[in-house]
Amino acid sequence: MDLTFSHQENQFRLEVRDFLKKNVSPHAADRVAKGLPVDPKDVLDWQKTLYAKGWGAPSWPKQYGGTGWSASEQSIFDEECAFANAPLQPPFGLKMVAPVLMAFGSAAQKDYFLPRILKGEDWWCQGYSEPGSGSDLASLKTKAQRSGDHYIVNGQKTWTTLAQHANMIFCLVRTDSGVRQQEGISFLLIDMKTPGVTVRPIIMIDGGHEINEVWFDQVRVPFANLVGEENKGWTYAKYLLGHERTGIAQIGRSKRELQNLIKLAHRLQNGSKGALIEDARIRDQIARLEIELDALEITNHRVVHAQDKHGVGPKASILKIKGAEIQQLLTELKMQMLGPYASVNLDASPQKPYMEHYPEDVHALTGVYFNYRKTTIYGGSNEIQKNIISKMMLDL
Amino acid sequence: MDFEYSAEKLELQDSLVKYLSKNYTFDHRRSYSKEGCGYSQQVWTHLAEIGALGLTFAQKYGGLADDLEELVLPNAKSKNLGLEQSIYDPALTMYSFDSMWVLETLGKYLCLEPYLSTVVMAGATILSAGTHKQKEQLIPLISSGDLRISIAHHEPMGRYQNQEIKTKAELVSGAGQNTEWLLSGSKCVVLGANASQKLLVSAMTQKTVGVEFELSLFLLSTDAPGVSLTTYETHEGGRASDISLANVRVSEEDLIGGLSAIGHGQGALEEMIARGNAGLSAEAVGIMSTMCDLTLGYLKTRQQFGVPIGKFQALQHRMADMIILCEQAKSMAMLAAQAQGNLDFKKKIRDTSAAKAYICQSARTLGQEAIQLHGGMGVTDEMSVGHYFKRLTLITQTLGDFNHHIEIVGDYLKEQATPTN
Repeated sequence: MDLTFSHQENQFRLEVRDFLKKNVSPHAADRVAKGLPVDPKDVLDWQKTLYAKGWGAPSWPKQYGGTGWSASEQSIFDEECAFANAPLQPPFGLKMVAPVLMAFGSAAQKDYFLPRILKGEDWWCQGYSEPGSGSDLASLKTKAQRSGDHYIVNGQKTWTTLAQHANMIFCLVRTDSGVRQQEGISFLLIDMKTPGVTVRPIIMIDGGHEINEVWFDQVRVPFANLVGEENKGWTYAKYLLGHERTGIAQIGRSKRELQNLIKLAHRLQNGSKGALIEDARIRDQIARLEIELDALEITNHRVVHAQDKHGVGPKASILKIKGAEIQQLLTELKMQMLGPYASVNLDASPQKPYMEHYPEDVHALTGVYFNYRKTTIYGGSNEIQKNIISKMMLDL
Repeated sequence: MDFEYSAEKLELQDSLVKYLSKNYTFDHRRSYSKEGCGYSQQVWTHLAEIGALGLTFAQKYGGLADDLEELVLPNAKSKNLGLEQSIYDPALTMYSFDSMWVLETLGKYLCLEPYLSTVVMAGATILSAGTHKQKEQLIPLISSGDLRISIAHHEPMGRYQNQEIKTKAELVSGAGQNTEWLLSGSKCVVLGANASQKLLVSAMTQKTVGVEFELSLFLLSTDAPGVSLTTYETHEGGRASDISLANVRVSEEDLIGGLSAIGHGQGALEEMIARGNAGLSAEAVGIMSTMCDLTLGYLKTRQQFGVPIGKFQALQHRMADMIILCEQAKSMAMLAAQAQGNLDFKKKIRDTSAAKAYICQSARTLGQEAIQLHGGMGVTDEMSVGHYFKRLTLITQTLGDFNHHIEIVGDYLKEQATPTN
């Protein structure tokens, strides 16, 4: 047993770090550091930069133009990207639809879509949840009926992240209503520019726009855009959910945010008592969080290591649950550190507080705390993750 | 013990609820929040008309309360009485419970109006620490809805400290009959200041040239020369301001309690903050009970897997935990209300902080659970539950957070401990 990284892995980390230092644009890094909304240009530019380096798809095998990295190399890369405040590579193309295409897509689908994802030419979004089908995803109602060589799609998807920037959506649709729910679902790829597709924003609790409703009204989708077999979509969806969970512990990001939290505790003052970090109560709160993260980091390595050998198992649910909780605690502690300033909503205000001590670069903290309540809800809520653990690990 | 309100008060409570349920729907609230001042002046006027603003004030000041023995400056009476049970001032206690139910109700409708600062904090301070003239002039204006007051106390990087005020009132040398000072300093996150006519300002004050500065409370006009406001939105949809005070000229008439009150300001300030926390606790209870109602409603109507999600035992237990927290929080808010009548100053502060610390913790857990049980809907702007969550969260950050209050409770515990053996 040895919990440390190998020499090669450490060399790899230094190489990644050096590359990021030279290539992440300060503008993009600044936006990431401040928690500002995603700028699609930053994201696409970054994807192109990574593609040019040969790192466009850290999680893909080499045969499709990926890096062929091991799971532990991928997590080193993720962590370094987080530390460098690199823009997030949207997961919907790279980590969600791509693995499904590789496993179940036609040769034509692979040849067309995978390179476009790699080069940052397509922006994918995910059409899974519906207003009546969240945790109970298999009850979804969006319909696809055959008509000539097309499907006609009608229905509504919701919680569609960054659909306002997307040109492609992968959808679960009902192609057979006469069988068991799970057996009548198909996996369709739909061009967002097809007539009848409408995107409507959903404004979130912090006032931001990152999720949407996507409506389908008589949308014509060629048969060629069906992935795999008709009515086998549920199998593909389950396969994909396993992939979605691997990066979701967000260890790198949380480590970075912990460092920011500690910096904040050094900087903010509590009158003559000095910096907040001098307060044992606050130090304990940070330390508790830090040891939670220590534990998760090692658990993550264990799961990731096993993944290289045996694939993703239900233990990924542990990563999702704890990762989400830690992210939430981080945002909460930061909000609390602002003291009375936590009330200030600068995003909505033309005038800024003029006080020289006001920590301007942490202006969004309270909004981020509100926004991050989503992390225990999206991607399979913590309740659903616990159901998975109960069923698949514990056989209850 | 008596846990009931009088028939007369229940009637007023009823008319307040009727008015708000009609005029303070979620949609109304959105439009009030967009008004320049961050709330509805019309609603404020109506609150005065139905007697909610004057409820706690004596009839001779335009209020509804009996002309009981006047509230006395608490410091004058405040001492540890050496009895096993604390002594409570009936007038102060009633004031506190009356304002508690108003705030609990305002909390249920997520009202943005400045009842807490104007009536509970400033109003009671003028009543208990002001001069006769100040009471006669100002209280009727508060009762009638014509005077709104904001509390300008916190200072940048001073967090929640009450004893390190840097704002200074320097004696103007060679003043005539009236003693005058020049007030200078910075105040931060002054809620509602942009629409209040007056600010209640804490400042270190010079009694005579050469002596130490002592804390006093001043009331000054928001538009007085030298007062400048930088106003921004708050996350719950209200407004707050950072305020710069640059040589603002004030006289002894502006000093709460007049010249003789210099040096008594610290006690009056802490009493005022305590009342504010009791009020926030009551408001939090109103919000928490509404969040319980909303969540229960959602559990009963939201269908997944062919049944309302409230049929799942895992969620039933969490809903039950929320109800337990809400009841416990309500009890603690009542403790805080009772404490405001306590003549033992230290015990009053301890009980208030105990309540606020408890409220901070229960608000956190209950609020987060309410959002989680609403699933994706809980994090949208469209659903009211998120707005309740935001206000509830900011209550935990206003007038002292959990750490601030639990420290006060711990310090009291240490001081009072008399180990035997």
